[in-house]
Amino acid sequence: MSALTQDTLSPAPASPIDKPSAGRAIKDKLATVAVWTAFGIAIIPLVWILYTVVDRGANLLFDPHWWTNSQRGIVARVAGGGAYHAIIGTLLQAAVTAIIAVPIAVFTAIYLVEYGRGKLARTVSFMVDILTGIPSIVAALFIYAVWVTTFGLERVGFAVCLALVLLMIPVVVRSTEEMLKLVPNELREASYALGVPKWKTIFKIVLPTSFSGIVTGVLLGLARIMGETAPLLILGPYSKSINTDLFGGFMAALPTMINQDRVESYDPALNRVWAAALTLIVLVMVLNIAGRVIARRSKVSR
Amino acid sequence: MAQRIDVKDLNVYYSSFKAVEGVSMAVDPRTVTAFIGPSGCGKSTFLRTLNRMHEVIPGGRVEGSVQLNGRDLYAKEVDPVAVRRTVGMVFQRPNPFPTMSIFDNVAAGLRLNGEKRKKVLAERVEKSLRGANLWNEVKDRLAKPGAGLSGGQQQRLCIARAIAVQPQVLLMDEPCSALDPISTMAVEDLINELKTEYTIVIVTHNMQQAARVSDRTAFFNLAATGKPGRLVEINDTDKIFSNPTEKATEDYISGRFG
Ligand SMILES: Nc1ncnc2c1ncn2[C@@H]1O[C@H](COP(=O)(O)OP(=O)(O)O)[C@@H](O)[C@H]1O
Ligand SMILES: [Mg+2]
Repeated sequence: MSALTQDTLSPAPASPIDKPSAGRAIKDKLATVAVWTAFGIAIIPLVWILYTVVDRGANLLFDPHWWTNSQRGIVARVAGGGAYHAIIGTLLQAAVTAIIAVPIAVFTAIYLVEYGRGKLARTVSFMVDILTGIPSIVAALFIYAVWVTTFGLERVGFAVCLALVLLMIPVVVRSTEEMLKLVPNELREASYALGVPKWKTIFKIVLPTSFSGIVTGVLLGLARIMGETAPLLILGPYSKSINTDLFGGFMAALPTMINQDRVESYDPALNRVWAAALTLIVLVMVLNIAGRVIARRSKVSR
Repeated sequence: MAQRIDVKDLNVYYSSFKAVEGVSMAVDPRTVTAFIGPSGCGKSTFLRTLNRMHEVIPGGRVEGSVQLNGRDLYAKEVDPVAVRRTVGMVFQRPNPFPTMSIFDNVAAGLRLNGEKRKKVLAERVEKSLRGANLWNEVKDRLAKPGAGLSGGQQQRLCIARAIAVQPQVLLMDEPCSALDPISTMAVEDLINELKTEYTIVIVTHNMQQAARVSDRTAFFNLAATGKPGRLVEINDTDKIFSNPTEKATEDYISGRFG
């Protein structure tokens, strides 16, 4: 029987192995086009940003001085100097922030997932939600109010870290919570059934099982705070010199380095702005890749 | 080593829902006792009260007493963690620790309870894997992940893991329901060997299996959905399958319901 006779005479009842009807084929095409269009629209700014930043900033990154020198004594008109002062500032602040925020966040997540019942847990969870919604400038102003206004201390790198801690904790709590919830209950029960106490089960079974996910969450949190600018503007004024003392003097960071020269009209300064932006992107990317490698190596090889 | 279990008037609750009511039974050392009965009649729930795993579930609690060689497991001064070290458990779905190698899986219970001596661990791992009839299959790949084994091997790995801590009683909740017939046979053979050293209680949906592996069989049932499950009768396996006392038991094993 040819397709023609089938169409014009008695349409055969649709069976699952028939080709999709014309209507369905069109819908399928439409959906495909819509999905690809959305994907394209989403990807355009990303590619554009990356292209522009690489195009205008890559040059300086190949200059070894970029990674070893500061901007001390260098004015906007002049090419030269590096971003070492800002890179080291950003890395130091990120590291100290992580050292403070990660334990707090991971323990909070453990409490919420493994122990939290009733009112206290709901309150904690609600607080984390509120913290998630706090704009970075508010976190920065809060630390300013405590650090500078209340205690009368100087604006130093550590104050920036404190503000960043406030921003990082909720991100890491939420992602760690999700990862802990993914650990099947059967593994916890298997451990209990061996006569292993609950806390040991959490530290030796649950955390290792979700380790890679937790690391990924921490890295996403880090990536977020490394580009965070408001706390730096309020608590960490830019300095052209190298300062690795978190408790004394102004400390540069990549976002403030970018902010410093972005209104300049001289090319050398503008080039450094693009290069600093690219450096920040590269740092975040390297961190991400490193984290993934660590996470993969922690699993038993197959 | 193996110990006897005496249960008296046990009621088991999930919060306010009474899942199991009025169970009394005695289990002799070095015997295999099978629990049979329709789904939802509380076999798993009751089994988990025998090593205090039930209370791990929020709202889980019991009334009545469970004695292990005359000691009340639910007495105030008894540490549930210690109870679980004495009464081991194998679950329905094989659940090896995914981050651990075969060796580490078996050694997990010992290590997590503080055993650090390499020699002791190696000996005990080998003994347990041999005991679980798995040694020959895995001895060349002890460092490979436990999750890479077949389902039947994983379940025997879990049994090895459970006996590595040298419990006195072994509880098994439908240990073969996720396994193919060959692996099921392997586990059944294993149960027959293990009963020379352990007191074994096994929940099974498979009546042939109950008939093959067990010395005693307990039939559980529930009057209606939402009502608590009860122990209908417990007797020698031969007796239950040839000449049960209760009508309900006969109906169930002859396939008239359930
Ligand atoms: N975690 C739980 N919370 C609340 N009720 C449960 C839970 N687990 C089981 N139950 C209920 O307890 C009863 C007995 O279940 P279960 O012991 O799993 O039966 P069986 O193992 O005989 O199939 C069922 O009514 C079941 O719905
Ligand atoms: Mg069950």
